[in-house]
Amino acid sequence: MVYDVAIIGAGVVGTLIARAFSKYDMNVVLIEKTADVAMGTTKANSGIVHAGFDAQSGTMKAKLNVRGCALMEDLCKELFVPYEKNGSLVVAFNDQELETIKVLYDRGITNGVPDMEIIDAAKLRELEPNISEEAKGALWAKSAGIVSPYELAIAAAECACGNGVEFKRNFDVDAITFADGVFSVKCKCGCEVAAKVVINAAGLGAAEIAKKFNGEEYEVIGRLGEYGLLDRSCAGTCSHTIFQCPNEMGKGVLVTPSCHHNILVGPSSVNVDDVDDMSVRVGALRQIFATAQKSVPIVSTRDMITSFAGIRAHHVDDDFIITPAKDNDKFINLIGIESPGLASSPAIAEYVEEMVINTIGKPVEKANYNPSRKAPVVFRELPPEKQEALIAENPAYARVICRCETITEGEIRDAIKAPAGAIDIDGVKRRTRAGMGRCQGGFCGSKVLEILAEELNLPKEDITKFGGESKIIYERTK
Amino acid sequence: MAVRNIICVACPRGCPVTVTLDDAGNITNVEGFTCKRGEEYARAEVTHPERSLTSTVKVIGGSAYVVPVKSSTAIPKELLFDAMKEVNKASINAPVHIGDVVIKDLLGTGADIVATNEID
Amino acid sequence: MSKILNYDLVVVGGGPAGMAAALSAMDNGIPEENIIILERADRLGGILEQCIHTGFGLTYFGEELSGPEYAQRFIDLVEKTKIAVKTDTMVLNLTKDNQVICSNRDDGIYTINAKAIILAMGCRERPRGALDIAGSRPAGVMSAGAAQKYVNIDGYMPGHKVVILGSGDIGLIMARRMTLEGAKVECVCEVMPYSGGLQRNIVQCLEDFDIPLYLSCTVIQVHGKDRVTGVTIANVDDKMLPIPGTERYIECDTLMLSVGLIPENELSQQIGLEMDPVTRGPKVNEMRETSHKGVFACGNVLQVHDLVDFVTQESQIAGKGAAQFIKGAPEPEYVNCKGINGVRYTVPQRINKNNEEEVKIYFRVANVYKDKRVVVTVGGKELWNRKKIKLAPGEMENVFIKPEDLKEMKAGDEIVVSVEEA
Repeated sequence: MVYDVAIIGAGVVGTLIARAFSKYDMNVVLIEKTADVAMGTTKANSGIVHAGFDAQSGTMKAKLNVRGCALMEDLCKELFVPYEKNGSLVVAFNDQELETIKVLYDRGITNGVPDMEIIDAAKLRELEPNISEEAKGALWAKSAGIVSPYELAIAAAECACGNGVEFKRNFDVDAITFADGVFSVKCKCGCEVAAKVVINAAGLGAAEIAKKFNGEEYEVIGRLGEYGLLDRSCAGTCSHTIFQCPNEMGKGVLVTPSCHHNILVGPSSVNVDDVDDMSVRVGALRQIFATAQKSVPIVSTRDMITSFAGIRAHHVDDDFIITPAKDNDKFINLIGIESPGLASSPAIAEYVEEMVINTIGKPVEKANYNPSRKAPVVFRELPPEKQEALIAENPAYARVICRCETITEGEIRDAIKAPAGAIDIDGVKRRTRAGMGRCQGGFCGSKVLEILAEELNLPKEDITKFGGESKIIYERTK
Repeated sequence: MAVRNIICVACPRGCPVTVTLDDAGNITNVEGFTCKRGEEYARAEVTHPERSLTSTVKVIGGSAYVVPVKSSTAIPKELLFDAMKEVNKASINAPVHIGDVVIKDLLGTGADIVATNEID
Repeated sequence: MSKILNYDLVVVGGGPAGMAAALSAMDNGIPEENIIILERADRLGGILEQCIHTGFGLTYFGEELSGPEYAQRFIDLVEKTKIAVKTDTMVLNLTKDNQVICSNRDDGIYTINAKAIILAMGCRERPRGALDIAGSRPAGVMSAGAAQKYVNIDGYMPGHKVVILGSGDIGLIMARRMTLEGAKVECVCEVMPYSGGLQRNIVQCLEDFDIPLYLSCTVIQVHGKDRVTGVTIANVDDKMLPIPGTERYIECDTLMLSVGLIPENELSQQIGLEMDPVTRGPKVNEMRETSHKGVFACGNVLQVHDLVDFVTQESQIAGKGAAQFIKGAPEPEYVNCKGINGVRYTVPQRINKNNEEEVKIYFRVANVYKDKRVVVTVGGKELWNRKKIKLAPGEMENVFIKPEDLKEMKAGDEIVVSVEEA
């Protein structure tokens, strides 16, 4: 069959675009190189919904960030995604930086950022008692928030697939050709997808895919960001997202609460050649924490429960490039979607939807489109009477599998059965938080593996951590 | 004369024991042990070292795939890997009880391989 | 409205600590039908079920048992009584008025009103994230305990070429287990200049199989995209930072971590028990009562023990303490205990001076010491001392306080344990 739209890349941008098209009476396919949604830049970033004062006025980044930030809260509500409008602070430590935050403020005004305020040291300390003694003032942006980035992508994919979008995993694009008004997207495994419109939202791989299609070159640099995540016992460290003044490599090291009450510290920012290698560099965490301690002195690697790295695709023009391919307006490239890509993602989806409609005309809307998804059960957050009702319906909700995060067997089975559901250990972890806690799956890993094997009807030794050859166990001992 | 300093593994205390041997290899002195088992261990260690073996054996028709087992007494250290080959070949039908003999007289050592847990 | 049950004593955890505590409470006069044990696994026994090596029970039973055998002795004792046992049951919440809210498949959510609660949840392993190990995040990085479960319970090989980080006992035991099952264990790295495990395990788990133990050495980087393909190890200086130039690459498909155990205290923190930052367990008195009246703690949830035999002994104290509390005990008058000068902590952290029996104070030292004295003082006055040929952080030590000495003390006095020159 020939799809109306094929979207390459199931990150937060690709999934939200898929959702945008799923409201129309069209055949849509979402193609992903890895085994799951949200496996690239989406799974390893700061999770910040930036207010929009960072980007130079007039850029795509500025425009889409401010719009995305405004859309995010309602979108998250609609899709049951953890979000909190906690506000951000850019902290100044000297007179020069006090000037910098004024520049940011003015830029924010130009970009259309609402609810900003420049505050003095006293007000800052009132907002954040653990802020460094050295802090002289800050830019407070009340519209900024935090979101769980991978859960947003998962929710968008569930919504899209619930509305009929087809999700193809492990589809590593090898070649794309165009003939008679139809694109043929070929996978390295030999299979093929035919579509009338292609949207290249492949994140780190987008430039390469653009080149594979028609030889167009985009100058993109992989930029590695490393993070440390602190135990929930550190939850009171700060309530706002605390930035230092930006530098030429980005927004610098931040300290922020996450939507799940951990504290996130990072990122570093280094250019890398291999965009597939998300390794944390030796010694990087010590550096990051030393920098973070400048704004919040009490953060410490002692409280760390995990560290990770993500890579962002940085375009040399320092802007999002969202544009049809040369000579073919039905092939749309999204290049350089780095920060504030997450904050902008709802606006990017809207923008791309409009772009396509302008080209192909407005399709018919589905009568039965559901903009939401089945609300996931979050057992630990329910009041006792709701918990009881759930258990009465399905006793699997009474069996706690992950004891650090109180995740039940029922929630894990739901995550596997959901549209575009989990098929590996990390997939279950991102959807349910089983294994996200302080023991990092040490106790529940083998139980999750068992449930996956059962639900997917696979031998246990075929269950992976995140697809490919990431096997957990090998043969029988006996 | 030779002096061998060994750490006793008979119990978790891990006493340092010194064994003195004459030129013919006969034990002339043992010191540092704090119990009888320790002395026995030290004497054996310099003449014919022994270890107990623990592993698992496949269960047929049970609620678990394997049952833990141990050698009923210590066996010569150099036989550990040969013993594992026997253990890997063996199986036992459920239900299994602690003390059930899985392999009788393992490799002629006189030690049995016995189950150490209950499997329905 | 959910089901409400009433018990004199609720024991949270059905491992060696919980079973011994429940039995001891019964032996000390609590009717057996008024005691309940809640266990999250599908059977009693706790972590002993996967510790299939021998070495358990020498102190308590005078014979060498495997973990499951040791556990079964207590399971048999519990099963002979009318003590209620709920397996596959998770405690969701404790309340400040000693209510236990739990959940399982058969009963749903229910509340138990308890006169006393004994916390016996054990401990968990420190994960990779707590360490500054760089590199990728492939499959094949696992705690030694998780690997132990795969091999000993589930019957699967979790890897074939193994590097073990941390020379704690579980790591050493797993080096032998993996070797016997046919894997190649390349080495054990220990960041400290000494091993945290028992000497006997270094001999019979490493030396017997020619597995090298690298001291003052750590894993600094994990390699591999999908599954581990190797690790980089490096020597560390006295600040435990890697020494440039000492890095070497070791090919392996598995990195096992045995880098310490942490008491499992989510529930303890929920009701705001006063915690000891060193043991990471609750602070307790000599009967193992926490800062919250009627809530006791014992076993590895309180302090990580070397031997299950000591867990059993400690849990019997807690069971007795809970029984005394339920029956009504006079208000205690406390003297405090603390460790200084090489003594990292003491358990208990406070003692009722009106206690009528000898009190054993457990402690651990901060470093390896040779030919020292362990000294107990109160208000500068020496109460007790003993020569020690060797003291090591891996081995728990103890001292005794006599009831007549306690009587002489004033409430608020401080018992100080220290390591001094011989």
